[in-house]
Amino acid sequence: MKGPSASPLLRLINVSKHFGGIKALDGVSCTVERGQIVGIIGPNGAGKTTLFNVITGAYRASGGDVVFEGESIVRLPPHKIARLGIARTFQNIRLFAGMSVWEHLLVAQPHTEVALRRLLPVGWADPAACRRADEVLALLGLEDVRWRIARTLPYGTQRKVEMARALTANPKLLLLDEPVAGMNTDEAADVRALLLRLRENGLTILLIEHDMTFVMNLCDYLYVLDFGEAIADGPPAVVRHMPRVLDAYLGEED
Amino acid sequence: MSTYYAALFADVGILLLGAISVYIILATGQLSLGNAGFMAIGAYVASYLTVKIGLPLMVALLLAAVVAGAVGVVIGFPALRLKGIYLAMATLGFGEMVRSFFLNLESMGGAGGFHGMAHVSPVYVWGWAGSILLLVTLLERSRVWLEMCAVHDDETVAGFIGLNTTVIKVSAFGFGAAVAAIAGGLFAHHHIYIEPGNFGFERSIDFVLAVILGGSTVAIGALVGAALLVFLPETLRFFADWRLAAFGVLLVLVLLVRRQGLLDRAMFMRSIFKARRA
Repeated sequence: MKGPSASPLLRLINVSKHFGGIKALDGVSCTVERGQIVGIIGPNGAGKTTLFNVITGAYRASGGDVVFEGESIVRLPPHKIARLGIARTFQNIRLFAGMSVWEHLLVAQPHTEVALRRLLPVGWADPAACRRADEVLALLGLEDVRWRIARTLPYGTQRKVEMARALTANPKLLLLDEPVAGMNTDEAADVRALLLRLRENGLTILLIEHDMTFVMNLCDYLYVLDFGEAIADGPPAVVRHMPRVLDAYLGEED
Repeated sequence: MSTYYAALFADVGILLLGAISVYIILATGQLSLGNAGFMAIGAYVASYLTVKIGLPLMVALLLAAVVAGAVGVVIGFPALRLKGIYLAMATLGFGEMVRSFFLNLESMGGAGGFHGMAHVSPVYVWGWAGSILLLVTLLERSRVWLEMCAVHDDETVAGFIGLNTTVIKVSAFGFGAAVAAIAGGLFAHHHIYIEPGNFGFERSIDFVLAVILGGSTVAIGALVGAALLVFLPETLRFFADWRLAAFGVLLVLVLLVRRQGLLDRAMFMRSIFKARRA
């Protein structure tokens, strides 16, 4: 366990998001250190996905600040935040309906190339993009389905494609919204192995997950959200025994 | 080839360009029912430049494309706020607006129409139509086209993967408008006479129809759609007066059996990126 560093990758400072009178997030602060896997847990409706939406720019925060690599990103539109190196997946899988797996991997790569090359056929003009797509295909074991329309694949494979799309962008921070939801034990174990490998390579991961075994065995640090507030945080071994956490999950004892 | 079939052949080329102009905009998920308006701008600007200024046709066509493209970009911005049927209605209104603009533009003949253009052959028309079809077919294999598809499929997610959806949608409008303008310029110089009535609502619908019939996910579909739309009524002549009704029935049948159109992108999926290994 590393202690808090002077320059964490991502910091949320007192972030609020109100929808009318509903406080989906109410003064949430948290820190994501480089090279860690950080988990966000909490009951349904606690504000976990809202937090992701604020970080990625889908929602404009009602208050507070989001700082990524020392710069405030709270007012940036989603595509600019993505280009800074934040990629995400979705709770309900959101793949492009008409695209093959291969195309998903090409389209999500960062925009470093000159404009002319982007107008030419990818296969001739951009071998580097093809190599990167091949790498990620291999990393996730998707080589056999490369030409398939992604939406026609089995559920677990679709989750992998979504993760692959996020990874091709070479992000610094990967946000995963319930990466193992609906997966069987074997598939979840695959994902766990993959995430550990990605961390080895220096990727920082922030994930939302309901599968407690998965979270407790994987994460370096946890934040617990309840009714829009961060009610607890700490390493998994500590958090799992906190009375407030048990209350939020299991209900208070009378 | 008889003169009659030569004329039909030229019509296919012009319809193909109109269909491609709709196809490009539709690729980003925007349905435009006003592309005859862009075509009118192209026809009038190109004719003005060749007849009154005396520019060569090729230069006139390119300038007309630039003008219509700029108008397309201007239309593209308010279009961002509209979706589906509302965008269709707004673009329809734009098309009619352009038509009545030229109806009132006395310096270009107004309701009486405009003439004096030098005739171009069907082969010339097809030189442009074929080149633009080829260009768009190549573009379909590019990153930019994938980005357009991403915006079409899920605009929100397209933003999350770093795509500037505003630029993509507005550029598509501009590019589509430019292609429609070339269709217009060629129409003017093939028929050597234009009037505002040439660029009515029905023509915009023909463009959309060709795309839907041929397949709205691949450029070559526009060619199939345009050819069918022009030649099928001809081959149904044995129905005599009923041939257009028979054509309508065929159209409905095609759409019932293949909603995605006769051709679709999946058929070409492998070939699109096959050349990737050097």
